[in-house]
Amino acid sequence: MKVNDVILQTVTKIVVFIIFTFAFYLFFAGHHDTGGGFIGGLMAASALVLLYLSYDIDTISKAIPINYRTLIGVGVSVSMLTGLGSILLGFPFLSHTFEYVDFPFFGEIELATSVLFEFGVLFTVVGGTLTIILSISEDV
Amino acid sequence: MNNIIILLLLIPLLTGVLLIFLRNRISAQRWLSILSLLAVGVIAAIIIQRVLNEGTMTLNLGGWEPPYGIVLVADMFAMLLVFTTVIVGICCLLYGFRTIGEERERYYFYTFIQFLLVGVMGSFLTGDLFNLFVFFEVMLLSSYVLIALGGKKVQLRESIKYVLVNIVSSMMFLIAIAYLYGMLGTLNFAHMAIRVSEAGQDGLLTTVAIFLMLVFSLKAALLMYFWLPGSYGAPPMAIAALFAALLTKVGIYSIFRVFSVVFPHQPEITHQLLAWLGILTMIIGAIGAVAHWSLRKILAYNVVVAVGFMIAGFAVFTTTAIAGSVFYLIHDMFVKALLFLLGGVMIGLTGTDKLREMSGMIRNHASLGWMFFIAALALAGVPPLSGFIGKLLVLQGAIGEGFYIIAAVGLITSLMVLYSVIKIFINGFWGENQLTVEDEKMSTKGTLLPSAILTVIVIGMGLGAEFVNVYIMEAAEVINNPSLYIDAVMPNGE
Repeated sequence: MKVNDVILQTVTKIVVFIIFTFAFYLFFAGHHDTGGGFIGGLMAASALVLLYLSYDIDTISKAIPINYRTLIGVGVSVSMLTGLGSILLGFPFLSHTFEYVDFPFFGEIELATSVLFEFGVLFTVVGGTLTIILSISEDV
Repeated sequence: MNNIIILLLLIPLLTGVLLIFLRNRISAQRWLSILSLLAVGVIAAIIIQRVLNEGTMTLNLGGWEPPYGIVLVADMFAMLLVFTTVIVGICCLLYGFRTIGEERERYYFYTFIQFLLVGVMGSFLTGDLFNLFVFFEVMLLSSYVLIALGGKKVQLRESIKYVLVNIVSSMMFLIAIAYLYGMLGTLNFAHMAIRVSEAGQDGLLTTVAIFLMLVFSLKAALLMYFWLPGSYGAPPMAIAALFAALLTKVGIYSIFRVFSVVFPHQPEITHQLLAWLGILTMIIGAIGAVAHWSLRKILAYNVVVAVGFMIAGFAVFTTTAIAGSVFYLIHDMFVKALLFLLGGVMIGLTGTDKLREMSGMIRNHASLGWMFFIAALALAGVPPLSGFIGKLLVLQGAIGEGFYIIAAVGLITSLMVLYSVIKIFINGFWGENQLTVEDEKMSTKGTLLPSAILTVIVIGMGLGAEFVNVYIMEAAEVINNPSLYIDAVMPNGE
């Protein structure tokens, strides 16, 4: 039976961007406030799951051709390589640093190397969550 | 700062991740996983030498001093276990190359072996209770995958039990950690030790300590071993050997560490309890080993007996007995891996694990038979093999302290263990040969090499006990004298 889900699909198209924006916000807020790679990753994953729910797996897999298992690998390697960087520079593993840089238009912004680490966490969480959810959904 | 310590975890972790990308290149996967473990082995050997010369090494991750940051502690005890882990890992991998099958290799077998070893070695190295929990989980999650990988009916049945038991015990672990954090305000082993000795180990703390003991006992199969024979019987032997050699040992290590560094102040309660748990485990395990006629079951119950023996040795709590326990712990990791791998070949050849359906294998497989015989004697503690020294030291310590029951039970169960493995030997290798070479279900090509390596180690550890003892004594010294550990982690006090 074909379900009529025009409303869901239309709403999803807009809401997904709102969720992604919020995920983006949470990710960067995490450096000093509540948020971070894990929470941002979960939020981003929930946007993707909403897409898969309102359309179907084939359509979305064509639109976003990412192998989520590989994404886990990419995420973990990114996080580990940032830790490895500190070893090469002669600091204890996982040491991080930050610097205030003056950007035109935006003003002074804090740039921290731990954000790179958090990127790895984000990828891993998105990859992990979607691998789990997609493999469960394939079972049915 | 000793960044070399983190390499022990980083190399297998990176390799594991790299192998995800090389999913379809199986020979590359094999080479990389062996190379990674060889590298870790060399690094571990270097660290052991440095620890012997310069004392315990620590690494404050991210440059955060303890108790605020997470610290990795490489003392002699932990490093010996790490080194043993790597060697056992290499042998099980070599065995896996021949036996594990392409299906599993394609589904991330090598990746999860690397992750499992990260979890095991991380548990040995960490100096922080919460981090211990995390590494436990790394190890357990990989072991869930390895047990279920392949998806046979028996595997799924056993993995559900295994997962449920471990999830419940992990939850209890978290609760215990929460209680401890609430009472002590810290989770760093050294810092907890300082605070416990300052405040005194009162009834409440001892209760939490016993709760923690319960959690570790469940992981170590101490008395609560009911999940072990089933779940170690389900996966292929390469994986079962790795589990038998490593997983319960992490629980034992945790008991050694926590009840020597953090909670050594009420031995009349906690260590007494450990002694009785150990005695009961030995008895029940030995009865199980004697009673069964299935090869896998007998071997699995032998794991349980050894757990009881080591914990009982630790509970005596003198330098001699602890040294014996540590020696036996390392010996047991080697010899259990060896027995499981040899048992794997026997099951592979005959296609069954029922002893009554095997016989006369020594005619075509003499080396297999003799290696099994040596492993059986080493397991029971016949001199000059590796099991002897450990048992001798534990019994010496136990009798010296008046723990006659431990000594008696230890000796009697040794005999029962010997009986159970010799039963395998007699049924499997003596008698009429029913199996022609053409009828064998698998070829032994390449599968005897890892067993040969382990056999050499088992003999070497016994004959070269003088050489090994230098390291063992150093390890026992750290356990026996926790201030060494505390000073290494927090040189400036609180």
